[in-house]
Amino acid sequence: MNGIAAASSNAWAHGGTMSREEMPAHAAQPGGDKLHTIRLTVNGQLQTLQVPSNAVLLDVVREQLQLTGTKKGCDLGQCGACTLHVNGVAINSCLSLAVMHDGDSITTVEGLQRNGMLHPVQQAFWEHDAFQCGYCTPGQMMSAVALLNDQCIGTDDASVREAMSGNICRCGAYKNILAAIQDARTKTGGAG
Amino acid sequence: MRHFDYTRAADAAQAIAAHAQPSSAFLAGGTNLLDLMKIDIMRPAAVIDVNRLPLNQIDIRPDGRVRVGALVSNTTLARHPHVVDHHPVLSQALLAGASTQLRNKATTAGNVMQRVRCNYFRDGISPCNKREPGSGCAAIDGHNRSVHAVLGTSDQCIASHPSDMCVAMAAIGATVHVEGPQGERDIAFLDFHLLPGSTPWKEHALQKDELITHVVLDAPVAGSKGAYLKLRDRASYQFALASCAAIVALRGGVIREARIALGGVGTKPWRAKNAEAVLIGQAPTDAVIGQAAATAMQGAVPYKHNAYKILLGKQAIIRNLSTLVA
Repeated sequence: MNGIAAASSNAWAHGGTMSREEMPAHAAQPGGDKLHTIRLTVNGQLQTLQVPSNAVLLDVVREQLQLTGTKKGCDLGQCGACTLHVNGVAINSCLSLAVMHDGDSITTVEGLQRNGMLHPVQQAFWEHDAFQCGYCTPGQMMSAVALLNDQCIGTDDASVREAMSGNICRCGAYKNILAAIQDARTKTGGAG
Repeated sequence: MRHFDYTRAADAAQAIAAHAQPSSAFLAGGTNLLDLMKIDIMRPAAVIDVNRLPLNQIDIRPDGRVRVGALVSNTTLARHPHVVDHHPVLSQALLAGASTQLRNKATTAGNVMQRVRCNYFRDGISPCNKREPGSGCAAIDGHNRSVHAVLGTSDQCIASHPSDMCVAMAAIGATVHVEGPQGERDIAFLDFHLLPGSTPWKEHALQKDELITHVVLDAPVAGSKGAYLKLRDRASYQFALASCAAIVALRGGVIREARIALGGVGTKPWRAKNAEAVLIGQAPTDAVIGQAAATAMQGAVPYKHNAYKILLGKQAIIRNLSTLVA
């Protein structure tokens, strides 16, 4: 199974540039040689991309757009490391096809900063030491920004923990992550 | 992930026509389909993306029924003011399921169609009659503690149905509206999911190329209160070991109407009408509630590691009902 995933990764990673001759043999399977043209607005910039049907949004963001801040953890929607925003809504980018997102606006962790200044959530994560190894941090911050922008999510600690439960931190920095989010809320007056 | 032919359908007719090719699958949120495609359990040669279909509305009908478009996200449905006010059991069940990110993407129809979480189904190697008919069931004598049922099992499959949303819908009462090559039709929610029996690979009542377009919730029970209680290994982002959706209406200290449905313990969203019959016309005493809970779990079959679910299922009912009528 992993072999299949690894083998096919070459096909999508260079979807825009790979010539027919370079495509791996299994590309002759259904849909394998069909590239779709999609337009995404990524962190405010319009991108026109060529992607095969099975290109996963996470992989296209990391490999084709070289925005490697968004991380691949479990790759099955269980860890939240790949969290980014599609039209302002936090999703797991590992469980979405790039071709589904033609016309969508996407924000990755690279899009949080403004004019070289850290986003208040990034600043708060820094100040509260809300990470150890840092691998889950981009996903944690994308979920944090989404919840601070969401009026339907309660402001108490329990509501924040519940809203953040789709982001796993194997180092166990949860206490400081919660403190960082609540501090960012205070400093921004609620909106992330 | 294997390659496949991708079609973006503009309307239901186009989606249904495209689905006629062999080995095809409708793609909505993708949180379950793409997961299973990544681990090579589902291998559609053709994927029909239905996300651009105009099926993302929630309409309140004059008769009190609620028409939920197939593409309404779990988050949107959980937060809809009418659902929060009139079907709190559904709102609570949705919010008890999955994670924020998954609820944002998962759809109403996709949740109805989600497949079992049995590890032997997902590993791609073990005997599994659902994945490979006739190969056997590794779960019956295997690790069957958390995502395996005690109600509705067969000697072919014991996987529990994973949905919280569907348990609430089973309690409320609903109709699944589908469109297919022969036109439109309605399927009663309780008839939609099938027991494994001797054909565990048949999971639902959809005919070939039929597409779910809406789920219509029955009108709320007048004067009722409802709640969803989910018991699990951790407080969030975990499938139910046992759960209970309950709706109760009292009049003059007597239970006039009751709806009980269970999750985590059944091979399909489990409506316990036998327990409801015990409650109706009675005062909601501890004894009556206890008897209803025992009745709901009558006929339960324990397996090596999940016998505790018979007790847990009863306790989920008792706690949920007792809190509701207090």
